[in-house]
This record gives sequence, structure tokens and C-alpha cells, in this order.
Amino acid sequence: MRTRLSTLFDALLPVLATLAALAVGAVMLLIMGVNPIEAYAAMWDGAFGSGNAFAETLVKATPLLLVALGICISFRGDVINIGGEGQMIIGAVLATWIGLTLTNWPGWLVITLSLLTGFVGGAIWGGIPGLLKAYFNVNEILSTVMMNAIAVQLMNFLLRGPMIDPSQAERASKIPQTARLIEEFHLARLVPTRLHAGALIAVALAVLVYILLWRTTWGYRIRAVGQNPHASRYAGIKVSRYMVLALLLSGAFAGLAGAVQVFGVNYRMITDGSASGFTGGAGFNGIVAALFGQLHPIWSIPASILFGALLVGANKMQRMTQVPSALVTVLNGLVVIFVVSSEIWRRRRQRRRMAVAGPEETPPPPVEKKPQQAEAGA
Amino acid sequence: MISDLLSVTVLIGILASGIRLATPYLYAAIGETFGQKSGVLNLGVEGQMLLGSFAAFYVTFKTGNLWLGLLTAMLVGALMGLAMAYVTVNLHAQQGISGIGFYLFGLGMSELLFQSLMGSVETIQGFPKVHIPFLSDIPGIGEIFFSQNALVYGAYLLVPLAWFVLNKTTLGLKIRAVGENPDAADSLGVSVARVRYFTIILGGTLSGIAGASLSIALLNVFQQGMTSGQGFIAVALVYFGAWRPVGVLGGALLFSLVNSLQLWIQVLGIPIPSDIAVMMPYVLTILVLVATVSRVRAPSALSKPFERED
Repeated sequence: MRTRLSTLFDALLPVLATLAALAVGAVMLLIMGVNPIEAYAAMWDGAFGSGNAFAETLVKATPLLLVALGICISFRGDVINIGGEGQMIIGAVLATWIGLTLTNWPGWLVITLSLLTGFVGGAIWGGIPGLLKAYFNVNEILSTVMMNAIAVQLMNFLLRGPMIDPSQAERASKIPQTARLIEEFHLARLVPTRLHAGALIAVALAVLVYILLWRTTWGYRIRAVGQNPHASRYAGIKVSRYMVLALLLSGAFAGLAGAVQVFGVNYRMITDGSASGFTGGAGFNGIVAALFGQLHPIWSIPASILFGALLVGANKMQRMTQVPSALVTVLNGLVVIFVVSSEIWRRRRQRRRMAVAGPEETPPPPVEKKPQQAEAGA
Repeated sequence: MISDLLSVTVLIGILASGIRLATPYLYAAIGETFGQKSGVLNLGVEGQMLLGSFAAFYVTFKTGNLWLGLLTAMLVGALMGLAMAYVTVNLHAQQGISGIGFYLFGLGMSELLFQSLMGSVETIQGFPKVHIPFLSDIPGIGEIFFSQNALVYGAYLLVPLAWFVLNKTTLGLKIRAVGENPDAADSLGVSVARVRYFTIILGGTLSGIAGASLSIALLNVFQQGMTSGQGFIAVALVYFGAWRPVGVLGGALLFSLVNSLQLWIQVLGIPIPSDIAVMMPYVLTILVLVATVSRVRAPSALSKPFERED
């Protein structure tokens, strides 16, 4: 009973962290002279107030979930991928190129091929930092950041030059965008809103990632490497190979997110020169969603919906109360800070639990449990 | 047109702006060096810079006092450092991730404040050029090194100062000890927590100055997201410079000189697509990281929270 209660408490930690962030947000709103209840009500209304609003929330949640799935894999493998933005861009660029080239092919085939290409594109963009980490000891945080900057410039170059919409190329304005994908290549709409089949793909993949991480050898090894690289190496796991794999898969899901964004929402790529102009910051916010979902693919589903709702709701709040929607970025940051800070309570209780119950509850990898056992004995 | 690049005036221009552009990287990366030397990876530099950048600009815009603007930026950076220190030292939060939280916080907060307090892009008179007597009259050299503004000089003075503090003082010894072997340092009576608080707050303060150098000394405007990844690059430069202030200086100069070159290439209309040119410093950074990083060792306790064993 006690264990169940404290497991429940663990699951509630992110919720408490969000409430804390919202409370800080409320104080900020008060300082700005805005009634927080009114602002948050507008937010709620904008995100869930109507069928259309909820559909928009799900549309925003889809790329977050896809990125979050990749983050679940990489963070579980103890590699920190903050290159989601760049990986989304590369995936989107390659997928768009397929969609604009194979115009005579049947729709279902092109969509499948494009999404796969996006997946592979992201995998390449995530795999490079993986290889650099595994074989040259280059910190992946830094290389993924650099790869983001490179991807943005690559996108800008392609959309201004080789991939520019032919009709724009003739005009003086030269808006940096590609041509529009033909109707047959658009991802199917689910209901008469902007909600598209990408949302279903994302949810199905969440289940697949769960299976990958907890029911396959690959997933087991990725997690083992993440928990204790030394013990894993001792157990015969090729640590560097699984680090590369974790980053590669992580990038692949972000790449797919980019492709889905093009084929399900925008139907073309357009750049304002920055990464977030295309991604809407999903490469970063996906990290927030994954952390909130405790790096669990299934829990990442509601987490992504929550952050999708915050993004959509923020626009409504801005219209109703003139509070800049950037407030949501602040809240996202606070949620991350509070979630990682609250980990300490979970760890403390886990240790206490272990001291009572013995080491059976420790996670699966065959690692030496030296510190815990020492404590259990004490 | 390529030959234009080789004319003396252009070369002087490239070098002078290269020296100038290194300023924000130097402040932020030297600050980060202190943090990492003590075992703390602060990924929130970008957020601290953005908030510092806005604070400096807003205060200067309202009061006309550049030094007051700079001071506010330092204070804002220090406060963010304090929060970061509490989260990483007392709550043992995973540093890479909490850093992303502070980045998002700074990004959103600077945008929120900008939109609610200012709303439109304004310009100000930033720190003026200070011509050093005699030295600035030397042809070429004078223009490159001795006709910059106060914050640029400050950034370069910081390098030997940081070297001295880290390598020649007791404080530096404590910082390095805490970063290499916190248990040993602790057993010798060094307060790991106090040292890390100091380095993280110092890092925050310097990141604040780095942000201010953009908004009130180099560009003299504030725009949303104006640091455009420079805070992250500053973190990379610490690895690049192998945790030594002189190495950081080398990295910052290399990066900003390539950047300056790429700007001049665009100004001169040399037919390299500007997007590709902008990309070069990043590609170069990765290549240099590949070439150098594997040979040097990070502080042993980097990004590991310290838990005292009772």
C-alpha cells in the first residue's frame, strides 16, 4: 500500500511541477496587471473550448510527441539530443524534395516514401553527432547545437535557391518557399478540421517505441548503457554502438516530425530565416514533453497534448488579454526546471524503499548495485 | 572580386570586426569555464545572455546610462546563476536538462518583457569607441586592436585575469579541486557547495555582460532571440579551448574571425551563397572539436552532482 501510494506520488510529481509553474505564471500575470484566472481561462478555452480548438491542440501536439519519442530513446540511453530542430528541418527538406519530384507516382506510395525519407534524414542528422561522440569523444550537446545551425542555413540556402517555388523565382519578391505539394500527397484529414493522420501515426509509434525500449534486446541495451556504461561494457555490450543507435533513432523521430509537419499541415516549406520559423520550437518543446512524460513513450502522449494545448491556448490568451504568448515559453522553461528539480524527492524515496524492501525493485540492467546494497545493509 | 578581400583596408576591417565580434563569446565562455572547472555544466548561458541583453538595453534606453544598463544585466545574470546554483547544487538536478529549462525561461522572459515593455525595436547610442592614446595611431594595428569600445577591452583583459585566478590563487585551486575530485576537496574542508555557487553565479554575471555587449556595445538594438545561439557556441568554445582561458580565447577568435570573413564576403558581393557562408563557422567548430577534443580530458566531476556521503 505504501509503495503504491508513493508510486502515485511519483507519477504526480510532473503535475505538481506544472501547477508550480502555473502559479509562478500567475504571479507574473498579476505583476503585468492581468487577472490570472481570466488569462488561464482564455488559455483553456483556446485549447479545449470547441472541437476545432481541441483539433488544433492535437495538431500542435503531433510534432511534439514525435520529437518526444526520440528524446525518450536518447535520454534513456544517456545521450542528450538537443538537435531536434535541425533534425526536423533535414527530415522535412528531404521529404518535401521527394514529394515535389515524384509527382506522377501514386499518392499513398509517395506519402509513405516521403515519411520514410524524413525518418532517414533525421537519422542521418542525429547519427552524425552520434558517430562524433562514439569515435571522437565530441560532446553530443555541442555537436547537435552546431548541427541545428547548419541545418537552418542549409534550409535557407535550398529554399532560396535550388528548391524555390518556380513561380516565386520569377517574381521580384522571391519569397523563400517551395512549391505546394499536390492534393494527392496531403496526409488524410481525420475529421473536418486540420487534424491529420500524422496524429495517429505518432500514437502508433509511441506504442512501438514502448515495445522497442522494454521488449527488445536493442531497447534493453540502450537503457543498460544509459544506466551504467561501465557495467554494460563489462557485460559485453558495445557501448559506443548503442550510443550511436540512440542518437540516430532520436534524430529519426524528429526527422519524421518535420516530414509530417509538411505533409499534414503546411504542404510546403517556407523559411523566415530561423529554425523556429519552421519547427515552431517543437525540437525543444518535444524535450519538455518527454521529460514531463518521465521519458516514457506512452506517458509522452498526454504530456504532448498538454504542451500542445499550452501553445494553442497561448494564442487565444494573447488575443483576449494582450499577454504575449511568449509567456508559454517561460512556463515551459519553468516546468523543465521544476521537473528535474523534483527528481530529488523521487530518488530519496526510492532509496528509502530499497532500504526497506531490499534491492529487488532495482531496474533491470545487470549492473553492480554496490552503493544501494551498502545502504540497505547500513 | 576575390582580390578585393586581400586589400589592406578590407583585411583591417575583417580583423577589427573579428576582434570585436569575439567579445560576447569571451565573456560567456570564460564564465562557463569557471563553472565547468568546478564540475558544473551550465547550458542556460543562452537564456542568461538573452535576459541580460534585454535588461541592459531597456535600462539604457530608459535612463540613458550605459553603465547602469550593464550593471542591471550583471545583476540579472547573477540572479539566474543563483537559481541555477540552487537547482544543481542543492537539488542535484541533471545539469544538461535544467540548463535547457533556464534557456527556455530566458528566451521566453526576454521576449515577454520586450513585448510588454517596449513593443517595437529601438536603437540607442552604445558604448563609444575608446581610442587608446598613441597605440591607436599605429597604422593598421591601431584600428584593429586599440580603437574598440570599453566592453571589448574588458573581454580581452578577462582572459589573463581568469588564467591568474584559476591557476595562481587558492580560490582557483579550490575550484579545480572541486571539479576534479569533490570528495577529496570536501574531506579537506573545502565547501563544494560554496565553490560551485560562486562559479555558477560568476558565470551568470559574465553571461549577463555577454548579452549586454551585444545590445549596448556591438549592435545597439534589442531584438527577440538576438543572441541566435551564441550562448550555446560559448559552451562549445569551452570544450574547444580545453578548459583553459587561453584556449577559449583562441577558439573565440577563430570563430569570430571566420564569422567576420563571412560577413565581409557578403558585403563585397563575392558569389558564395550567404547561407553557405553563415554555415562555415559552425562546420569549422565541429571539425576543430573533432580534431582537438579527443586529446584533452574534461574535469572529472563535470556535470555530476555532489552528494556528501554521511
